[in-house]
Amino acid sequence: MNANPSLRKSPNLDDWIALEADGRIRVLSGKVDIGQRISTAVALIAAEELEVDPARIAMQPPDTDTAPDEGMTTGSNSIQQSGDAIRRAAATARRHLLGLAAARFGTDARTLEIVDGLVRDPATNRSATYVELTGGAPFAIPVDANATVKAPGDCRLIGGPAQPRGIADMVSGHAKYVQDLVLPGMRHARVVRPPHHLARLGGLDSETVARLEAAAIRIVRDGSFIAVAGDDEYAVVRAADRLARSATWKTGIEFEERDVFDQLVDNPRISLPVVDGMPLEAPVSRPPAPAEGAALSRRARYERPYQMHASIGPSAAMARDDDGHLMVWSHSQGIFPLRDSIAESLDLDPSRITVIHHPGPGCYGHNGADDAAYEAALVARALPGRPVLLKWTRDDEHAWEPYASAMAVDVAADLDASGRVIRWTAESHSDTHRGRPRPDAGGAGPARLLANRFRADAIPPLTPTPNMNHHGGLHRNLDPYYDFPAPHLVKHLVRGLPLRTSAMRCLGAVANIFALECFMDELAEAADIDRLEFRFNHLKDDRARAVLRAAADAIGWRRAGRPDDLGQGLAFARYKNDMTFAAVAVELRVDDQARVRLDRAAIAADSGQVIDRDGLRAQLEGGFLQAASWALYEQVRYDRDGVTSRDWETYPILGFDNVPEIDVIILDRPAAESLGAGEAAGGPTVAAIGNAIADATGLRLRRMPFDPDAIMAAARR
Amino acid sequence: MEEIVLHVNGGEHRIDADPSTPLLFVLRNHLGLTGAKLGCGLEQCGACAVLVDGRSTLTCSAPVGDFAGREIVTAEGLAVDAVGAAVQNAFIDAGAAQCGYCTPGLVIAATALLTRNASPSAADVRDALSPHLCRCGSHARVLAAVAGLSTGAAE
Repeated sequence: MNANPSLRKSPNLDDWIALEADGRIRVLSGKVDIGQRISTAVALIAAEELEVDPARIAMQPPDTDTAPDEGMTTGSNSIQQSGDAIRRAAATARRHLLGLAAARFGTDARTLEIVDGLVRDPATNRSATYVELTGGAPFAIPVDANATVKAPGDCRLIGGPAQPRGIADMVSGHAKYVQDLVLPGMRHARVVRPPHHLARLGGLDSETVARLEAAAIRIVRDGSFIAVAGDDEYAVVRAADRLARSATWKTGIEFEERDVFDQLVDNPRISLPVVDGMPLEAPVSRPPAPAEGAALSRRARYERPYQMHASIGPSAAMARDDDGHLMVWSHSQGIFPLRDSIAESLDLDPSRITVIHHPGPGCYGHNGADDAAYEAALVARALPGRPVLLKWTRDDEHAWEPYASAMAVDVAADLDASGRVIRWTAESHSDTHRGRPRPDAGGAGPARLLANRFRADAIPPLTPTPNMNHHGGLHRNLDPYYDFPAPHLVKHLVRGLPLRTSAMRCLGAVANIFALECFMDELAEAADIDRLEFRFNHLKDDRARAVLRAAADAIGWRRAGRPDDLGQGLAFARYKNDMTFAAVAVELRVDDQARVRLDRAAIAADSGQVIDRDGLRAQLEGGFLQAASWALYEQVRYDRDGVTSRDWETYPILGFDNVPEIDVIILDRPAAESLGAGEAAGGPTVAAIGNAIADATGLRLRRMPFDPDAIMAAARR
Repeated sequence: MEEIVLHVNGGEHRIDADPSTPLLFVLRNHLGLTGAKLGCGLEQCGACAVLVDGRSTLTCSAPVGDFAGREIVTAEGLAVDAVGAAVQNAFIDAGAAQCGYCTPGLVIAATALLTRNASPSAADVRDALSPHLCRCGSHARVLAAVAGLSTGAAE
């Protein structure tokens, strides 16, 4: 059985690679490019193994009719799944093509050379291109998972410079996002939203409806789901505004306003022990008593508020109902599960839906993309024959995307007299991080599509069940990578929380690493041991030690004393304890208005064999800056009337005014497996900033964001 | 509806539109120039910026009627401008984009800055880009790409 799920599902070489008559090689990946440059990395891998110029590689935009089904583009898994599958597929293809050439030339395959896709016999100078060898016929062989791939020392392309695919079109304004698509006869559409998710439609003003319809605006209504559509986009925008103002809503039970941090620890929950990163179906044992011989005991609670993906472009989708076959263009990260969830919602066979991935603005997880796709599908079904481009507004995206759950993490530890951790407990409280539409028990696919809550045939939200995967959801990186005696770890999946939540970059790892790595500093301080040394004292893994050392060296780690107002902090994690090793060090100051100013940052990472070096750096830098934004600025606010964070003023994010110098250090391990890196920097960044603020001010902030209000409140305590 | 004459990327366009329509919708839907993006509609994010008489200008709210006869350049029209082309190349060389949705607006802002001041300081660059938001975290690369074009930049 193949260990790579992508190859298990799509075992044939023709699932992955096709030779074009013009000499290009079409590569099919089921993973989608969301700005993380997976297409650049995968193309490099294919070009490397097939011995061609990367310009010959044409990455096929994935769609549900032709792409290999690789599930979701999530969890930093793409290099280890799609990248590995395509590497093995390309190696299989190379061996097969060499075999065909050897037969044609009557020679031994080992004597043949390949130069940019041309196979040549040096003895006779005979040659043939790949497509000449196959005659354009499919390969019709399986991918050999054991095909010999290139040794690291033989790689010409992998790890070298590579221009990101598509960047020339991005800077020239020619890159087309879903939001920019145009199809003949297309209508534009917008949705009229209720004030919050508990509200239901009272009624629409009939005069307004009549006036809009007289102006050729189509109104689609299905229960409390309302959309408007028409030929002219701005007319549709104004019509949606008018209709929204004329609508009355039954708000029913008021939106719960209790402090979410109280709810996280008080509400009913499902609690499971976590051992080696795996939750167990077992009762939670009592936390261990303080350790025998403890010289020092500490406990603390760390908290993260609800935060949002906050994509710069509101979600959008195109859909068209062609005589009962539904075409959907979406920037979803999971086109296959989306197709199946739409099919189940509409009681259609999945074969009657095609979902085509088209690039969108960066999403960083499960934002509004899937919901917009389903809403476009609903409008297209109501107005068949013509395509519909449905766009969310800024207000829609801020108020209706599924958020990263608020979390509370309780940590406690005992140290012995030498400053070694002899007891560690951590309990993490959170709503689900798994809200993506995908078919599962209890009609989970439809229940996770927003519009289904409002249709006449409404489907209530799903009550989440615990994610039992290794480092899944809320227990991601709850298990410390340090050499502690068996830690006592508990995940609490909390029920009855007010806002809709799902997957956002790093999932539970943000709050868990924030807690773990800030608490490490608290313990080091209590034991009067240098914070870096304290980590080394509990870390035997050389790769972990190396990234910490590299980040500390790059920032100029000061072991003691603070000669000025610059605070230093660092933090480490290995993502999911089995992916990229990352250490982040920062230097910052807190100004006289209690604003944190980031001066310098160093990110050191070990991702095993590096594929796209600049892409890896970009992911680490981007992960740092997004996490710095979470740490310093972000918190979804709401009151009894619903979400109040509805634009960039009420939900500020990091801007160009607070960008530090960033030094990225990649520790090359060409002989080691390539490891996913897109989420590696997030958790350590938040903790490093918290630790640097404590170093600069003496104030220990245990709740994100570390904004001026939080810093001044801590100073008053 | 009325006829409005727009000068965009060196060409003259007669457009039938309600003059209260924001310029962005006209550029995108009447002229097919989708480089300028709708990000917020509130002039808070900068994704919709274009050059108007050389200045970086947000277009998601301002009515098209205000732009009659003025010189509009979108990201698609920058390649023929020496400064614009240099900015675009600097972004490519720095890999200063991930999803790329905010990129045309940033390229416009950088071009406007470098056109009026060939040797901006790092603080000038930050100020010029501060109306813009980026969520992928390409900020450091963008700042470096633009600062590198300043004639005051160290070689």
